[in-house]
Amino acid sequence: MARQPDGPPPPPTVQKLRIRYAKRGRLRFASHRDLARALERALRRARVPMAFSAGFSPHPKISYLGAAPTGAASEAEYVEIGLSVRCDPEAVRAALDAALPEDVAVLDCVEAQEGTGSLADRIDTSVWRVELPGLDPDELTRAVEAFLAADVVTVAKRTKNGLKDIDARPSVTSASASAGVGCAILHMVVRQGTPAVRPDDVLAALAAVADLRPPLPPRAVREAQGRLDDTGTVADPLEPDRTAGAPDQEAHATV
Amino acid sequence: MTADLRTTTGESLYPRLEPLLAQIQKPIQYVGGELNAQVKHWDAARVHWALMYPDAYEVGLPNQGLMILYEVLNERSDALAERTYAVWPDLAALMREHGVPQFTVDGHRAVADFDLLGVSFATELGYTNLLEALDLAGVPLHAVDRDESHPVVVAGGHAAFNPEPVADFVDCAVLGDGEQAVGDITDVVGAWKEQGRPGGREELLARLARVDGVYVPRFYAMTYAADGAIAAVTQTRDDVPEKVGKRTVMDLDEWPYPKQPLVPLAESVHERMSVEIFRGCTRGCRFCQAGMITRPVRERTITGIGSMVDQGLKATGYEEVGLLSLSSADHSEIGQLAKELADRYEGTNTGLSLPSTRVDAFNVTLANELSRNGRRSGLTFAPEGGSERIRRVINKTVSKEDLVRTVTTAYANGWTQVKLYFMCGLPTETDEDVLEIADLAVEVIRAGREASGRKDIRCTVSIGGFVPKPHTPFQWAGQASAETIDHRLRVLRAKINEDRKIGRSIGLRYHDGKPGVIEGLLSRGDRRVGRVIERVWREGGRFDGWSEHFSYDRWVAAATEELAPFGVDLDWYTTRERTEHEILPWDHLDSGLDKEWLWEDWQAAISEDEVADCRWTPCYDCGVCPTNGTEIQIGPTGRSLLPLTVV
Repeated sequence: MARQPDGPPPPPTVQKLRIRYAKRGRLRFASHRDLARALERALRRARVPMAFSAGFSPHPKISYLGAAPTGAASEAEYVEIGLSVRCDPEAVRAALDAALPEDVAVLDCVEAQEGTGSLADRIDTSVWRVELPGLDPDELTRAVEAFLAADVVTVAKRTKNGLKDIDARPSVTSASASAGVGCAILHMVVRQGTPAVRPDDVLAALAAVADLRPPLPPRAVREAQGRLDDTGTVADPLEPDRTAGAPDQEAHATV
Repeated sequence: MTADLRTTTGESLYPRLEPLLAQIQKPIQYVGGELNAQVKHWDAARVHWALMYPDAYEVGLPNQGLMILYEVLNERSDALAERTYAVWPDLAALMREHGVPQFTVDGHRAVADFDLLGVSFATELGYTNLLEALDLAGVPLHAVDRDESHPVVVAGGHAAFNPEPVADFVDCAVLGDGEQAVGDITDVVGAWKEQGRPGGREELLARLARVDGVYVPRFYAMTYAADGAIAAVTQTRDDVPEKVGKRTVMDLDEWPYPKQPLVPLAESVHERMSVEIFRGCTRGCRFCQAGMITRPVRERTITGIGSMVDQGLKATGYEEVGLLSLSSADHSEIGQLAKELADRYEGTNTGLSLPSTRVDAFNVTLANELSRNGRRSGLTFAPEGGSERIRRVINKTVSKEDLVRTVTTAYANGWTQVKLYFMCGLPTETDEDVLEIADLAVEVIRAGREASGRKDIRCTVSIGGFVPKPHTPFQWAGQASAETIDHRLRVLRAKINEDRKIGRSIGLRYHDGKPGVIEGLLSRGDRRVGRVIERVWREGGRFDGWSEHFSYDRWVAAATEELAPFGVDLDWYTTRERTEHEILPWDHLDSGLDKEWLWEDWQAAISEDEVADCRWTPCYDCGVCPTNGTEIQIGPTGRSLLPLTVV
């Protein structure tokens, strides 16, 4: 017979919270795994009553949604956690925010509402802002125009299995250029899919169509994530829970 | 050296570093901002310390020694301490290209701006990384070329008990425990700066040489005899001690550090916090440098440990605590400690663990207790020697029956993975001694399958090549050659694989014998070896502890050419057995151990005579306590862990 862990099974998940957080400043260099570790430890320090998986190696119930790449900052990263005791979402947000490093900010926390569907289904698009220090904005404008005018822009993408050619064009639903302080700024709305098209891939595409060569490394920020509607707007993925959950009459334990 | 564009001392280099970080692997290791890290105001401190662990961040960050000194120094209002680690070659190349010098990860300040650069050498394989860091920092490689504008380079850690191979590159070395020594050094440097740096660097180093436990190599001259051995070590100033002693912190409860352990964002080699439950060991294992140079045993009390575990967990959010020491099951109150900690953290998903332990059935009981709450990973035992005979030679006696019984008990208690540590190349060792490892492993699996009723139990045999170390009874021994080690590992592997039905449950982990030879050169080397280190670094040698960076051929070529003018060679330093009265390069550095006692113990080893632990049997006159005015500090205290206040 298979060996069983000693003791009773862990308490069940009684509440799911959906969280939006930002990674900024120096922590843009944190990888998804780095942030996951930091988040798990912060949850322990903040004494959030996490639900755990069963088995010999219990893990806290945390689901991560597609993370921004290492080196990119983000104002809109999402994670869902399962609790074993009901808590006030705002209290969890504040406690977690205090327990995380300064450059990680917990911006929003809502209770997942029954019947509203999964969080992953509400996210299919990213809004990016990419600062290109030392680059002439007009040069960027011309490159963006050339890119948008093309039907196919093939770039080599580094994957687990070596370099692979992908078409960067169809995922980019809109793009524009503006001028910043000492830099040009690329704004774009990019559909998430497989293979994923990331800011670096779009920059490689701009190099391919218009020989755009920024003199310094880019600084990318993911400004929003959500579902792209017909008007070209990206919807707040936490909105359905917020709408379904209000007014909230249930009593909450405090963290 | 890199062009230096800085204007203000202590200024952050981060704006210049940031664009480089976008182009390299694992940039998170260079950004700092770890939980519990601190950045103090530069101008508010009188004495600035850069503390370096000369290996990659992921290895260096969890280092307890560095973490302790970082906190102890930063608690002083007149001092500031920041950390720096070895930079990987991808970033080092960019730093040279863009003129960014070696920096600290806390304030991203240039290492050259600090008053002191403290380097903790847990192993000799970090020496080339020190040279790389000095060069990246823009600090002259050779201590004699530095002036008072350069940091004082201080070596510490176990390897500092023979700093001769790096004597040309460091300004001083601290022997023994650092907690109090760094305070004394800070006082000396602070006073000298306040007085307007009288007498320049020479005067500062002379003052440091008079601090207890501080060795300043430049004030000791070496001469060599025709046979290559050291003829004499003479002081070049009459105000420095003939022999430099070591520092010993006597009351560990007064030094409950780290109180706020650092928690990195990046992955590190130890994903847990550690609490040192005692320091020193008198088991008398003859190969073990740590056990010899850290005497006597000084226990932290059960209540002291309890509060460090509690505060550390609150400060870090770690889910595992390692109870650290050289032989943790030997703490006088370990049974009670394990039970009370397990009770305290019941139901919190907090794991408690002991590092590798002696082969003793009691340790299985302890491990069962500690794993009550958390994850039940593998158990590790360290018999070290394959045969009973060789275990008598190394003074780590355990019978084959006890070993098999202990490991079988572990399997019967639900542990499915047992790891056994052994050494190969021990003095007097023959092929037969090593082949007995296979017999042991086979018997352990056979008995384990029977006792547990399971087929999926595993035994991993992990083997390291033995390197003779200074200040141990084996300091005179001839080191086994790389060929000998490789041969013995080969015959062992063949024997384990003879019976596939059992052999498939046995894993064998080992390295080839080559890195051990270089470690041996650096461990028992003298000042002449410094030229070899420098040459290897100049030819690109870095990260010698990493097999993908280590080049044996480069070391051998450098040793051959640099040592030839002195009439010595690699074998002279490694495989050659020393004679009783040879002056050893570390004889003027005093660990407290009486050289005559060490020799007697070496002779006892050859005769396969054992020595008992002085905690439970009469003193056998190793010399440490009378030399240093210290004594064994052990419990039991009779106290219990206080219940925690409910939060």
